[in-house]
Amino acid sequence: MKKVMCALIAASVLAAPAAAAPAPQTTVNAIEAEVMCPICGTLLELAESPQAKREKVFVAKLVAEGKSKSEVKDALVAQYGPSVLALPKASGFDLSAYLVPILALAIAVPALLFSVMRWRRSGRANEPSAQDAEAGAPQGEDAERLEADLSRYDL
Amino acid sequence: MSARSLLAFLAVLAVIGLLAFGLLNKGATKIALGDPVPDKVLPALPGPGHGSIAKYRGKWVLVNLWASWCVPCRQEAPVLQRFYERNRHHDTTVLGINVQDNEDDARAFLREHPTGYPQLRSVGDERSAAFGSTGVPENFLVEPDGDLALIWRGPVDDQFLRERVAPLIEGG
Repeated sequence: MKKVMCALIAASVLAAPAAAAPAPQTTVNAIEAEVMCPICGTLLELAESPQAKREKVFVAKLVAEGKSKSEVKDALVAQYGPSVLALPKASGFDLSAYLVPILALAIAVPALLFSVMRWRRSGRANEPSAQDAEAGAPQGEDAERLEADLSRYDL
Repeated sequence: MSARSLLAFLAVLAVIGLLAFGLLNKGATKIALGDPVPDKVLPALPGPGHGSIAKYRGKWVLVNLWASWCVPCRQEAPVLQRFYERNRHHDTTVLGINVQDNEDDARAFLREHPTGYPQLRSVGDERSAAFGSTGVPENFLVEPDGDLALIWRGPVDDQFLRERVAPLIEGG
């Protein structure tokens, strides 16, 4: 009985640190590849400035605490501002980064539809009609020769 | 001009307009001597509470933008503390604004380099952008009426404060 008790106590003592340290939900590398060093103007994974080093320490700490990728990014924004996400601002000139693709799509889609409809219409207009086919069929001597050839090959 | 040419012309015009707008907007905020100091209510560091430059209206304020990772800022902190102690009874204060930093590091910096003068914290580069800052540290002397009397984009030392800052305060 004593042995069982000792084993249980030992197991609980050994398991305690593992339970205290939450399992990481993301990796430092995954975060550093997606966020900026705002001062350096480069991805954090490429930056080596003193500020970038402190930012990397901050990221590593949050990852070790078991924070998810989005939680780490939220914490980075709270500390370093939205420029850490490398997303253009939704104001001033940077707004064009969002508006231009929408405008381009709004122009391109109707233009593409219009072109397809026009192409199909012109394709239909160029199709030979039954009358055209009849007019183009061999007549007289040519027709007889064609019949003879076809019967010879038993087609 | 055919409709197609007109469309192409308008598209080119739109691209040129966008580029021109971008170039005009890219110019960083510029501040000049005599301008009102850029100001905003910010959280106090280490807190609690908030503060702003306007809170010190009627006093000379030496605004110091700093970050914990900045080596010259570490050398500058005791210099600013000495300046503050010498001048605090002469309607003058120093106001530190922590920028481009995370709060834990900023707190650790202040534990290592305790300052008697007030400190505020700006998230990211929001305040440094407002000051048209190009790095840290940078220093700005603000007149009692809130206008900029001196812009110094770099660290200060005792000699600089004695020769460039003190005469402005004494003369004012």
